[in-house]
Order: sequence, then C-alpha cells, then structure tokens
Amino acid sequence: MREIDVSIVKETISALCLKANFVLRNDILKAIRHAITIETDQRAKNILRSIVENARIARRKGLAICQDTGIAVVHMGIGQGVLVTGGSLAEAVNEGVREAYRKGCLRSSVVGDPMIRENTGTNTPASILTDIVAGDRIRIEVSPKGFGSENKSMIRMFRPTAGQKEIRDFIVDVARHAGPDACPPLVLGIGIGGTFEGCAGLAKRALFRRIDRRNPKKHIARLERDLVKEINALGMGPMGLGGKTTVFGVNILEAPTHIAGFPVAVNVSCHATRSAEAII
Amino acid sequence: MTPVKITAPFTKEAVKGLKAGQEVLLSGVIFTARDAAHKKMSDMVKKGRRIPLNLRDAVIYYAGPAPAPGKMAIGSCGPTTSSRMDPFTPELIKLGIGGMIGKGGRSEEVRKAIKKSGCVYFLAYGGLGALAATKVKSARAILFRELGPEAVYRLEVKDFPLIVGIDPKGKDVYEKAGWKKE
Repeated sequence: MREIDVSIVKETISALCLKANFVLRNDILKAIRHAITIETDQRAKNILRSIVENARIARRKGLAICQDTGIAVVHMGIGQGVLVTGGSLAEAVNEGVREAYRKGCLRSSVVGDPMIRENTGTNTPASILTDIVAGDRIRIEVSPKGFGSENKSMIRMFRPTAGQKEIRDFIVDVARHAGPDACPPLVLGIGIGGTFEGCAGLAKRALFRRIDRRNPKKHIARLERDLVKEINALGMGPMGLGGKTTVFGVNILEAPTHIAGFPVAVNVSCHATRSAEAII
Repeated sequence: MTPVKITAPFTKEAVKGLKAGQEVLLSGVIFTARDAAHKKMSDMVKKGRRIPLNLRDAVIYYAGPAPAPGKMAIGSCGPTTSSRMDPFTPELIKLGIGGMIGKGGRSEEVRKAIKKSGCVYFLAYGGLGALAATKVKSARAILFRELGPEAVYRLEVKDFPLIVGIDPKGKDVYEKAGWKKE
C-alpha cells in the first residue's frame, strides 16, 4: 500500500479549484480560436474574441472566468493500492474546496438544503465522484460546474430497439432547448448505457475529457462527429445570436446496459467549460 | 455599428428609440437582483409591504457577483439566466423599472409587459464575468445582505457592454432565430 496523507489531497484540490476557475482549458481556447477563423458573421466573431479577452483578463487579474464558479465537481480515480491516512478523504476534499473558494474570491453558490435554500457560505459540500482503479495513485479532476448550463441537462430512458436517429434527435433537441441560456458555444458530455445514475455519471465524466480527443470506439467517435455537425447546423451560434459555432465539442462515454434499456444522458456545459487535473 | 451610450437610471422616453440587436454601452447605477431577491420582493408586494428600493426607472441586473479580489470593486460578475425571473418580472415592470439585464430569452408575458410599459431588456455577455468586472467602478450590498451573493448590490458601471434583447416596442432579438422550434 502507498500511503497518501489527506493534507496532500486537500492542497491538491485547493490548487485545482483555483486553476480551473482562473485559467481556461487550452483545448477550449483552441476551439474558440478555430471558431473565430470559420465564423463569417461579424457579431459571432466579436463575441468569440470577447471570450478570449475574458480568459486573458481572468488569468491576469486573478478573476474567475465566470462568476458562476459552480458546484465543485471532484472526480477521483483512486488506485486500489492507495491507503489514505490522516483523516477523512471526503472532508479533505471539502476543506480544499472551502480554502480555494475563500482565498480565490470565488462565489459560494451552494445551498445546504434544497427546500430551505440557505447558502452554506463555503461552496461546500463538493459533488464527489469516485472510481476505484488499478495502481497506487489518485487521479484528481476538479470542475467548477455552472448551473446556467447544468439546468438544461436531460436524461431519457429509450427503448432498447431505439435507432441511432432517435438518440441523435434527442441530443440535438437538448442543445436546441438549452438555447442562449446555457451560454453557447456549448460542450456536451453524453452518457450512453449503464443504469439511470450510472448514465448521468458518464455524462459528467465525459465533460472532463479534452474536446479534441474522440472516443476510442470508432462508431462512437463517428457519432460524436455527426452530432457536432448536426448541432452546429442549427445556426444558434455564440450567445444564440447566430453563427456556425453552436457547440465546441461532444464527448460521449458508453457503458454496458440492460437488455430492456438504453439510457442516454446529456450534461450540458457552456463555453466556459472549466476543469483541471492532477495525479498524486 | 458604433454602440449607443446610455446612462442609468433612464426614463422610458430616453430609450424609446432602441432597437433589438443594437449594441449599447451602459454607464451609471444599476442594481443586481436574482432568484432569491426576486422572490423576496414579490412576497413583499403580495403582503402589501413597500420594497425598500426605489424601482422607478431603475435597471435590474440579473447577477450574483463573486467577491472582490484585491483592489477590484467587484469579482467576476456576468449575467445569470433571465427566464428564471420571468414569473416575477411583469410585477416589477408595473412598479416602474426602466430596464433589465440578463442572458437568454424571455417569456411571451414578459415581452408583452415590456411592450406595454416601454421599458427595455438587455443581454449582457454570458460567461464573460471577468470582462464585466472591469466595467464596474463601485459595488455595495444594499438589501437582503443575508443572501450573500444573491443580495441586491448597487453597482456603478462605466461602458458596460450590452445588446438590446427586447426593445421598448416589444421586438425580440431571438424572435426569428432559426434554431427555435415552432
């Protein structure tokens, strides 16, 4: 067993929260720069240029890219050869989030009880996803997930005999329905298969993947590319004011599922799709 | 096209010529209010209580800013989704507000209320909170401070970049958007 003290987890989480909120992912930046070159509409070009300018200001001034610094989604791939020592792993994660949000002047956007709706004031608890993996390290990914786009996310349990067309139409409709509210150009994380909760988890995990990497399975990679084309053909564009770029990326993760079902989950994310990762 | 410069608060007369899609640089004083503040104001109206904020000609900004780092007046402060405020908006328009700032489309009820009163709905640039923060000269929580980021802040802004979303004649910039399904 390799021992990892919770204090290292806490420090790593804190650093990743700050980085994710201040520094736009380079795959997203690359997609924005590409979009500027292909847009012909002047307004669309200007909005995309403003997105680059915003990222520059955020990085230089230590300002959050977006004021919706989200619920901190923390995804950990925990090597089975790791022994976490010195305290509670979940508490270390939350302490890291708490510290970063205080130090970084990041907004506290979490209410402790959804019915009573009192702000916890610390942006905790984080939303923690874990996978047990091989090895003796912990891979940590942190994504501050804003709710302008989260609110537009959907899951549907299709019939097992549903065709690809039905699935595609559903996903395109989710993007259409998200509209300007979700801050397009969008990034879509999509889960296909698994169980109800597993499928939603896949969709969330898909958002952590670089948007310039395709799913290793050829037929899924093709579906990703087809969806990008189909959604961009909507013409929604930046801010929904028209343009060729409605989506920057579509990332799909798939999992085995039941003979009676075909779950599809779409986790909608915005042009400020943020995340940062480290391995400890 | 050069953006139109406008100063808030403004009268309906001052903005009557604005057209949906036009770019605007807004200066002056605006007030943030988002979900929780709208609900509180609406509850006050229902109970017949006076809202302790002069809404006449005021501009409401749907935003929940991040805390101010260092020497900044405010932290990141872009717009939040306007449609969540739709159920409360016609009531506020009746109380005399001059304009609203947010992101995304509005309900038909809101569009009609805007047209009837001659006020205006602006789009701010969604997701560009750092850029927006550089346009804010001062910020002070003045109402519902217990709500934290959802408190009502009085913001003094200079050349805050906006686009007319629904103009005082009720024309909506998203009305003919091709991606909308009938």
